[in-house]
Amino acid sequence: MSITASLKSEAAQLALSRFGLGARPGDLKAATVDPRGYVMRQLAKSKLALLSDPALPSTDVIFRHQRYQEEMIRRAREANAQATANAPPSAPNMMAGSAPTAMMANPAGKPTDKPKKEMQYQDAMFDAEVTARFARWATTDTPLLERLVAFWMNHFTVSAGKNGFVTAATGAFEREAIRPNILGKFETMVLAVEQHPVMLIYLDNQASTGPNSRAGNNGARGLNENLAREALELHTLGVDGGYTQADVTAFARILTGWIYTDPSNDDVYGGRFTFAPNRHEPGDVSVLGKTYPEGGMEQGEAALRDFARHPATARHIATKLARAFVSDRPPATLVSRLETAFLNSKGDLAVVTRALVEAPESWALPPDKLRSPDEFLAASLRALDIPTDCEPLLNALNVLGTPMWRASGPNGYPIDSSAWLAPENITTRLDVALQFAHRGRTTLEPDVLAASLFAARLSLETKVAMSRAESREQALALLLMAPEFQRR
Amino acid sequence: MVPHDHFSRAVSRRSLIAASGGLFAWSFIPRFAHAAQGRDPRFITIILRGAMDGLSAVAPVGDPDYVVLRDSIALSVTGDKPALPLDGFFALHPAMPQLARLYQAGQALVVHAVATPYRDRSHFDGQDCLESGYETVAANLDSGWLNRTLQSLPKGERVALPSGLGVGSITPLILRGPAPVLGWAPPSLPKASDDFAARVAELYAIRDRPLYDALTEGLKIDAIAAKAGMGDALKARGGEIEQMKIAATGAARLLATEDGPRIASLSFNGWDTHANEGGATGRLAQLLGGLDAAVLAFEQAMKPVWKDTTILVVTEFGRTAKINGTVGTDHGTATVAFLIGGAVKGGRVIADWPGLKPANLFEGRDLAPTTDLRAVVKGVLADQWGLSAAVMAERIFPGSASVSPLRGLMA
Repeated sequence: MSITASLKSEAAQLALSRFGLGARPGDLKAATVDPRGYVMRQLAKSKLALLSDPALPSTDVIFRHQRYQEEMIRRAREANAQATANAPPSAPNMMAGSAPTAMMANPAGKPTDKPKKEMQYQDAMFDAEVTARFARWATTDTPLLERLVAFWMNHFTVSAGKNGFVTAATGAFEREAIRPNILGKFETMVLAVEQHPVMLIYLDNQASTGPNSRAGNNGARGLNENLAREALELHTLGVDGGYTQADVTAFARILTGWIYTDPSNDDVYGGRFTFAPNRHEPGDVSVLGKTYPEGGMEQGEAALRDFARHPATARHIATKLARAFVSDRPPATLVSRLETAFLNSKGDLAVVTRALVEAPESWALPPDKLRSPDEFLAASLRALDIPTDCEPLLNALNVLGTPMWRASGPNGYPIDSSAWLAPENITTRLDVALQFAHRGRTTLEPDVLAASLFAARLSLETKVAMSRAESREQALALLLMAPEFQRR
Repeated sequence: MVPHDHFSRAVSRRSLIAASGGLFAWSFIPRFAHAAQGRDPRFITIILRGAMDGLSAVAPVGDPDYVVLRDSIALSVTGDKPALPLDGFFALHPAMPQLARLYQAGQALVVHAVATPYRDRSHFDGQDCLESGYETVAANLDSGWLNRTLQSLPKGERVALPSGLGVGSITPLILRGPAPVLGWAPPSLPKASDDFAARVAELYAIRDRPLYDALTEGLKIDAIAAKAGMGDALKARGGEIEQMKIAATGAARLLATEDGPRIASLSFNGWDTHANEGGATGRLAQLLGGLDAAVLAFEQAMKPVWKDTTILVVTEFGRTAKINGTVGTDHGTATVAFLIGGAVKGGRVIADWPGLKPANLFEGRDLAPTTDLRAVVKGVLADQWGLSAAVMAERIFPGSASVSPLRGLMA
């Protein structure tokens, strides 16, 4: 192989791994012709990032169902409590049968004779959403778009663990606020996110009330800074973005009244974002040295647009993209390119992403980032043709420390691969790799598959280890554990 | 015996998570299972993947060449951990006291110097031959002999199992084919074996230092946790014995139910003992102990139907007669097979012993095959299910007309 051809083959690997979700058999060949073009072409197909499925309704519909279910449970509990109250006090097992615990998992974790609880709406919705993502990861021809979706979804983290509404609608949040905007203006995505009912619940803005608003004057609870703080610290400027506590509080005032409409109160607007003037703190507010005159919802939108275009935001996003895609310690030149692209385009993410793909630094060798658990999972699905039913895959993400859509805080999962280069994570990958190898449907012989996925980059050591494996399954598991597969 | 409560919630979607000890079973009860007369047989095939060392599992201690060949890992009927004498010539590995007990009770037999028709030494092809039942291994094998056996039986009622049990895409070749099968696996994610971890560590040692450091550090932690008895036994590395027991108990409970499956297959991995195989103790001893525990789990969980049960234990091929330079053994040819269960006419070792002199070894290195494994299986199928020699020679083991069923294996 000539040097040019060899470099092209290396670049094709990067096109598929650094900018993709890993190769399916045959992908490498397609990417080798023009590796950069292979990636760039995906950016012209932003519509393919959308996910529409008749089984996945919009947030307002999901909220209505969820509200209905909760109402039914409430009524059942009341009836149950009534019955318990009427029962003789000596009724056996009062504790175990009492209404509040009946819906909960058995706290002692002991086996119970009760029939298994029927799956609740939010869990069924969650599974359906997740299954659609796994299927998309396994089959997409525009994997860069899915990587961008995952990046921005993690950037604007919500956790399905917040409550039943969020569990049911985290997928809808991603479909509605993230997917349509990954190659649009950053400020459009920021607004879509901060006005989404799921984010309003997750970061508690639903509960925030202006102290001097009509509702505030009537004794409603007060200000909640959570969304305002994270919008500044995580979503836009970044923790070193130069804002103060006074800015956070001021912005929280601006965001009061940003809520969603309770689905049980409104058949038309229920479950949708709305501006509630009676909860909004009146008056002009100054944030980051600029005064935003009283203007209802427009006051917050204007502030968010400014934050989204702020130089600190450009720096924050540029650094994070470079770190997530290229290297834990990206070259300053790369960050600077992305920053410039962001500022010059007023936060046009198509321009920024193109700059990322075009930058020579982005194609640096060797690939030294370790795949994150979800990337490892997606790459395994594609390599081995693993069925995408959600339970085993969700379980794999659980044991790898990144339960799907359930980060423990609004800062999301780490983007530095040093987080995954941890002893426990690597030994767990052994178990997961074996499980994946066991479930893979690929009919290719392991050595043929390895050659198809890695061509010249397949190391002699990996080849030998695979050929000495005691079973096909073990050979496939070794392939998944090989540095060629783990690194990107 | 098995304190875990995995089975009360075993039949959920989560339980379909694949495990090395996964069970696959036929989803129909044969029609004659309900017949009043005769038996309602249960037939389980356990595949030991990686090539089990038959000369260590059932040692020919009466053969003077054995100790010469096996040197430091040779078993002896005297000493600290003596092998368990079977018939004066053969002795069972000391890690398998349950199997020895069943042997003495006439419920287990050994077939030695047995092999499939496969004569090369690739695990993949060897397992394909073992499972497909075909004389030669071709690409894209479509069915296994156990599935073709099922097709040859009268189809009965659909097995009524809870809806969570589904057909996996991961059915082993032995059960693959047109007859519908069920899949089940223990719900927890099994831990990778030390052997697999060592293989990956070896790869990282050369290729990727940071990954190597993280992995070896993680393995150290696991080892300490296992030693300290911390946490769930299943989670501990080396908990594979526990996993074998759990897989066996789960399978046995399904097979023991009145409307459950009658035919099943399990696989246990990790038998490729190229280095530090060990003798009376060590790596192989640990695996054999797991197999022994699985046998006991079957016996206990299937108690009411144990008398109708046959467990066939097989592996793709044996290992070299002589130990290698890393105190292990390499890929060989003939090995042992076990028949275990209340339906077995046990208490004997069936062997046309070829001897271990250099001239007697297959290709100068392996225990020579003198019994065709297909003869053993045919004998079981004929005795248990009444399948005719013609059907077996044409359909189940195509091209095996010259291999006569070994009759009289069943009680």
